[in-house]
Amino acid sequence: MVRLDRVGLDYRVAVLHDLSFEVPQGDFRWLVGPSGAGKTSLLRLLHLAARPSRGRLCLFDRDIGRARRAELPLLRRRIGMVFQDFRLLPHLSVFDNVALPLRIAGRPEGQIRVDVVELLSWVGLSRKLQVRPAELSGGEQQRVAIARAVVARPLLLLADEPTGNLDEVQAERLMQLLHEMNRLGATVIVATHNTGLVARHPAHTLRLEEGHLIRDD
Amino acid sequence: MTRALLRPRRSDDFGLRRALSDRLLPVLVGAMAFLAALALAGALAASGLARHWRQGAGALLTVQVPQPGAPAADAPGTRIDRVLALIRATKGVAGARVLGDDELLGLLRPWLGEAAGRIALPLPAVIEVRTKGEQVDLAGVVATAPGTLVEADAAWTQRLEVLARSLQACAGLVLAVVAFVSTAVVAVATRAGLAARRDAIETVHGLGATDAYIASRFARRATTLAGFGALAGLALAVPVLAELTRLAAPLTGQPAAPQAIPLEIWLGLPALPLAAAAIGWLTAHGTVRRWLRRLP
Repeated sequence: MVRLDRVGLDYRVAVLHDLSFEVPQGDFRWLVGPSGAGKTSLLRLLHLAARPSRGRLCLFDRDIGRARRAELPLLRRRIGMVFQDFRLLPHLSVFDNVALPLRIAGRPEGQIRVDVVELLSWVGLSRKLQVRPAELSGGEQQRVAIARAVVARPLLLLADEPTGNLDEVQAERLMQLLHEMNRLGATVIVATHNTGLVARHPAHTLRLEEGHLIRDD
Repeated sequence: MTRALLRPRRSDDFGLRRALSDRLLPVLVGAMAFLAALALAGALAASGLARHWRQGAGALLTVQVPQPGAPAADAPGTRIDRVLALIRATKGVAGARVLGDDELLGLLRPWLGEAAGRIALPLPAVIEVRTKGEQVDLAGVVATAPGTLVEADAAWTQRLEVLARSLQACAGLVLAVVAFVSTAVVAVATRAGLAARRDAIETVHGLGATDAYIASRFARRATTLAGFGALAGLALAVPVLAELTRLAAPLTGQPAAPQAIPLEIWLGLPALPLAAAAIGWLTAHGTVRRWLRRLP
């Protein structure tokens, strides 16, 4: 599913150094490390928002370094991403934000309506379909972001500090959702600072420090 | 409640109704369309005038034969009969006729007034020669009837034709400049929209949108604005064109009264909003696709 072989990433300076690890299909991984360790940069690589500067990154058995640019959109549609800052589109309603990945994939509008309404009911937002993100609380926005990430049933689900804006109850509900996606077959990688959450939900852990992979167990 | 609220509509994923303003772009494209309409009408009118002159005055020769009843110098018969026979036998002549007395007096009246008919002056016979639009050599008639004058209208008609072609070239240049400025206006507006919606574009790109998906959203908006702007500019141009048609009527031999805008101009004008829409679509598409190359 995910395979990195001595992958490095440079912006102006190198931010990731010689990362090598593999995440099999259907696995759940924590990605931990202090701020600035490179967690978000690694998620950007896995989300195909950047290409590796060095090494070999394979996603869905495709070598990303060699993939043509035109191939990447189709690969991205198999990845769900929950951003730390949500990245909801402020001019779209909750419904339209969640429907966006399905519309991009060209799904029929009738099917989109059914899937989105069902998912928003599941995350407790069935009464806010036409509300704009700015009118929602941080926790509600987070749930919309999560619904958008999972609505297309991605094979790889990435989350960057998904519980950062949630209280403990909501964080636990989110974890149940991520585990449910994992149980349905998605590979899940969650970056977090929340050591308590990691302790309550033991799983394989990748630990980054200063762009180096310190631990993979 | 959801069925009504969630009715499928043309989604505005990037909030372009705000980012690509419906004010500046249509107004500027409308102004360009107004100028283009005048230029196009000018080009078509100049073409029409050139054709009118070529088929009218340009195809006419006037031959004056003094002492028309006197014997011809080189053959039996009167001078007028001999000249007329020679003209009709000349290559390139479509027809020739001798003007009647009333027509002659009509020609003199502007100079001599109503007294023209009472003046006992020996008048030359006047022959109107209609050519087939090619050069005609009437040098032989002067030998047959010395003193005969051949006046070719073709010389000044050719100059008028050159003038008409110059007008057409100027109009073409104006249309090219208008197209260039419209392209630049759409490109600048699209770039402003890209800058305003950069975050949204990156998010949608990250959700798996292709370049074509993103570019088509911008292109659709730019096409709509440019097309409607051009329609408005065209609507403003029509009364101006009607007035210019009235003023130009004497050039085609018609009175300076209200005239219908020529059919060829009516047929040409609808091309302008279509051209503006095409410029909007192609320019926005190209601009967005170039911009998207910076994303992986």
